[in-house]
Amino acid sequence: MSAARIRHLQKAYGAHLVFDGLDLDVARGERVAILGASGCGKSTLLRCIAGLERPDAGTIATSGEIGVVFQEPRLFPWLDVERNVAFPARNAGERARVEGVLGLVGLAHAAKRLPKQLSGGMAQRAALARALVRDPHLLLLDEPFGALDALRRIELRAAVREILEFTKASAILVTHDVEDALVLADRVIVLAGAPAEVVFTGTVGEDATRVAILGALGVTEHGGQARRSQARL
Amino acid sequence: MVRFAVPAGLVALWWIATSLGWVKSYQFASPRDVVVELQQLALTGMLWHDVSVSVARVAAGFGIALLLAIVLGALVGGSRGVERALDPTLQGIRAVPSLAWVPLILMGLGIGETAKITLVAIGAFFPIYVALVAGIRGVDRKLVEVGASFGLSRTALIVRVLIPATLPQLLVGARIGLTQAWLFLVAAELLAATSGIGFLLTDGEQTTRTDEILVAILLFAVCGKLSESGMRWLEKRLVGWTDTVPA
Repeated sequence: MSAARIRHLQKAYGAHLVFDGLDLDVARGERVAILGASGCGKSTLLRCIAGLERPDAGTIATSGEIGVVFQEPRLFPWLDVERNVAFPARNAGERARVEGVLGLVGLAHAAKRLPKQLSGGMAQRAALARALVRDPHLLLLDEPFGALDALRRIELRAAVREILEFTKASAILVTHDVEDALVLADRVIVLAGAPAEVVFTGTVGEDATRVAILGALGVTEHGGQARRSQARL
Repeated sequence: MVRFAVPAGLVALWWIATSLGWVKSYQFASPRDVVVELQQLALTGMLWHDVSVSVARVAAGFGIALLLAIVLGALVGGSRGVERALDPTLQGIRAVPSLAWVPLILMGLGIGETAKITLVAIGAFFPIYVALVAGIRGVDRKLVEVGASFGLSRTALIVRVLIPATLPQLLVGARIGLTQAWLFLVAAELLAATSGIGFLLTDGEQTTRTDEILVAILLFAVCGKLSESGMRWLEKRLVGWTDTVPA
């Protein structure tokens, strides 16, 4: 059984066709990174899976609970960390998980703090804990490190990797950072075009190398332009 | 200590000016006269009576305004359709300088309690209503989306996200509304009253008792300050989580 199965997804904003028949499968326990240029539709895809956008056509089937982490922490400012994390809990069993997930993200000491008293990295950890409290089968991460500085980014990325390995949850990570994809994902997908299509798919550790992904994104790291100019001098 | 220096200096100046006869007592009573008058009013029970009458009028008018503003504000803030139907009318009424209602209300409702409470309610209503509608409109869509991503029902979204998110604005509106309520109480009691703090003002004027007028002004200052402090305390208790202290 798959964690997410998308068939013939169609979505348009006015005249702008974002997807016209996109297919995507995420296996149970698999971690997929979706890369693409800004505005290519990768966030829209995630929002459709999360149920925050309604597709115009096609089917999206997911199994079990979904947890979403957005680019911003989006904590409720009137609730302390513990209550923010407990927000999605629907029963005693889920409420009992709050302490555990707070420990998992390394925020056990900050349970009683208000969001305004948290650093950016801590707030995003709290958001991650909140997404984990229902024990989701599928975690949707929409540029979850996008608002963090480089060091916090590395730190939180490592934490998310550990958590995903621990919880065995499937994950779809939307990012524009190749490094995020290589550290966190089993499989990398690159979206491009309008309507967006999968232009690259590869397995991390095999064909999804840094160079291959950058190539699919239409980026070269060689600085060839600069070298050529230098040669002329 | 610095904050007390200016008022203390003013009282000293007041005392010197009246005791040296720079101003006559029928123009401006001395501090001593004011204290004596305050004492007398307190001893006869009139002080407590007038204060409690005024406080009751403010409380009733403010309570009605708060209730109406919450109901109408929630309807207008929650639905564009209701906004189109109701808001232009309410904004039109709001555009009238509120004291212009005074004669009409006195004619229509007489000079009894109903007229005074209505006037206070009109004064208090608009700041609360306007703040609440702005608060509802200003709720962070992204927080609502978090609720939606967890599959919250519409009712749960309102109770768990929209109401707490709107509360700071509502409380700011209520604080301004309460200040307005006192302002309108003065207007109502100046025009037609046989009791209340405002009555002390008119009574003092008619009997050329500046000490009585000054006592009334002092009482208004104390009541206004106390209700403002009370609202600020409530804000601190209920919405201390806001990142900025509301002005």
